[in-house]
Amino acid sequence: MKYAAGIDVGSTQTKCIIIDENKRIVARALTDTGANITRAGERGYEAVLAAGGIAREDVLCVVGTGYGRFKVSFGDLQITEITCHAKGASMLFPDTATVIDMGGQDAKGISVQNGEVVDFVMNDKCAAGTGRFLSTAAETLGLSLDEIGAISLKARNPVRLSTVCTVFVESDIMSYVAQGKKTEDILGGIHSAIAARTIALVRRVGLKPNYTFTGGVSLNVGMVKMLEEKLGAPLNVSPDSHYMGAIGAAVFALEHAMSTTAAS
Amino acid sequence: MTENHYQGKLHHLQKELMSEYYAALTASANGSGVPAAYLLIGGNPVELLRAFDILPVFPEVNALQLAVRKQSLPFIQSAEFMGYSSDNCAYVKADIGMYFGGRQTPFATIPEPSLLLCNYVGCNVYLDWFGHLAEFTGQSAFQLDIPFIRSASGKPSKEDIEYVLRQLHHLIERCEEITGRKLDEEKLREAVRLSSLTGDLWAKIKHLTKRTPAPYDAYFDSVTMMAPLYCLRGTPQGLEFFETAYAELLAKAEAGIGPLEKERFRYVIEGPPPWPHLRAFRDMFSRWDAVAVASTYSTVGGLWEFGFSHDPDHPLESIARHLLEWNLTNRNFLQRYEQIERYLEEWNASALVIHSVKSCRLFSAGQGDMREYFTKRGVPTLLVESDLEDPRYFSEAQMRNRIDAFFESIAHRPTREGVTA
Repeated sequence: MKYAAGIDVGSTQTKCIIIDENKRIVARALTDTGANITRAGERGYEAVLAAGGIAREDVLCVVGTGYGRFKVSFGDLQITEITCHAKGASMLFPDTATVIDMGGQDAKGISVQNGEVVDFVMNDKCAAGTGRFLSTAAETLGLSLDEIGAISLKARNPVRLSTVCTVFVESDIMSYVAQGKKTEDILGGIHSAIAARTIALVRRVGLKPNYTFTGGVSLNVGMVKMLEEKLGAPLNVSPDSHYMGAIGAAVFALEHAMSTTAAS
Repeated sequence: MTENHYQGKLHHLQKELMSEYYAALTASANGSGVPAAYLLIGGNPVELLRAFDILPVFPEVNALQLAVRKQSLPFIQSAEFMGYSSDNCAYVKADIGMYFGGRQTPFATIPEPSLLLCNYVGCNVYLDWFGHLAEFTGQSAFQLDIPFIRSASGKPSKEDIEYVLRQLHHLIERCEEITGRKLDEEKLREAVRLSSLTGDLWAKIKHLTKRTPAPYDAYFDSVTMMAPLYCLRGTPQGLEFFETAYAELLAKAEAGIGPLEKERFRYVIEGPPPWPHLRAFRDMFSRWDAVAVASTYSTVGGLWEFGFSHDPDHPLESIARHLLEWNLTNRNFLQRYEQIERYLEEWNASALVIHSVKSCRLFSAGQGDMREYFTKRGVPTLLVESDLEDPRYFSEAQMRNRIDAFFESIAHRPTREGVTA
């Protein structure tokens, strides 16, 4: 059996995927990117090979994506995560028309047709509406990032945030804590504010169902629910949504390997 | 990288002539006795100054020259230290910082102005800029009040033209006071005649990029020609430069030589370049074999390619028309759309890139709508943002990501060539 790999070197985490010739995911690896991006790609690749028990020589092609894609020096191609998210989302959910991606520092909206990017929009140099915002909020409340989504679902009277600024949210939260507001209501307000901001961003490429939610924040059940409520439509979410860029990269890698083989 | 590192005669001549121009500025600063006027690019009426042998000084050109040389930030910071807001136009801050830094730049010592000619009043920040310069230099500012184009036809009214003409007569009086000489009408006509020939050549140069491949990049290479267009227009040297440039670019067009080894994408670009990161920005397009075949930015000082020409038989009226009608900055938004539509169609371009400027709200406002307007018409349109002067607003990784994704999206995947870096 031959394989193809996708390596998504993101700002926070490096996600690696290996698929087989039938586009089945056979291995995953998730590592922290850290300060050495070149090493992050290599380390992630070693981890995914080990996870799948796959030898390097059996991998026909490797595609790098994410901010660190050019540092995946052993990769055959580099493709932006925007194109890869569209590809990955369309592989898992073929009817995808809009991808909503919330990662560590990026929030994106991608309009998709037949797996190809029609239009896209991203947040500018501001972490509002991204995973970083949520991790700052979690830290301020002394909670872990993994638990805030579930807690936010219990909100009955969500607070209204005066800011979606990652820097200023801390003081906003502290003032609600001082007022004795319940943690779930504070978290409910936070999720609502971020969902509204993300939808406002995605609106710029058009809000067309069917929606696929990707990126690390897609693991947050509170954010999934909040986005669904505000969109009035369900979101496609996979346990692998976090790996969507790497999945798309792996699909590109497989297609490239196939076309090269066919050509030769 | 597939860029031809072509440095032809026009580049050498540009450097030579601009060095002479800057030497004249330095000489004026050192007491040569030649008076200098500060004026703005938008529809610049430089011909009038020629008639009085007044040196034109463009604070915008000085500011961008500082940015290209990566010298702008200390001046910007010094202006911010004085109290200018971080959101203020960075051209203004670089210029004010430079003024209080002793008017010393790596390319010239900028002379004190004998005339502060605010010829573009569409931007309130620019009005204040010249107002501040008036306060700092002790010269009063002469404001040419140029009405915006308001008619559906895109033409100024008869009254608009008369209004500007009356002001030009007042300006002539001011120039007469400064130089102690009456207007030499023959000299004005000659400057306008030279401008007319120069503008005609520039228009022809602009039309050359309709060819495939385009013989030069209408954004990144046009900027080489824009400094002579403003600083030297209306002089024999300016005309000589454009004769050389046209001959050389025509020869390239005839020989089928472009700025890149291969021309894969033809696009139109709107907005000024990020001067402090010009090379890096250009590379982001070159690596996709993408060539700008038209740019709106190259028409901020004047729009010649759609038929305008100065008229030596009606010198003042043609200067008024240039100020009112034939420069990008004074045109309304629908005219800006129309201009881009013509470029897309007649220059055979398939995409639009908008570079929005963070510290210029006036010019950038509405570009989100512009993106939507063209996207809805099926034109792949990318909107990116940084700054024209302040290096701090440019994030290379983010910019590159957007540009890469944009070209990936229009490369008709799954053709592998389309997505290979």
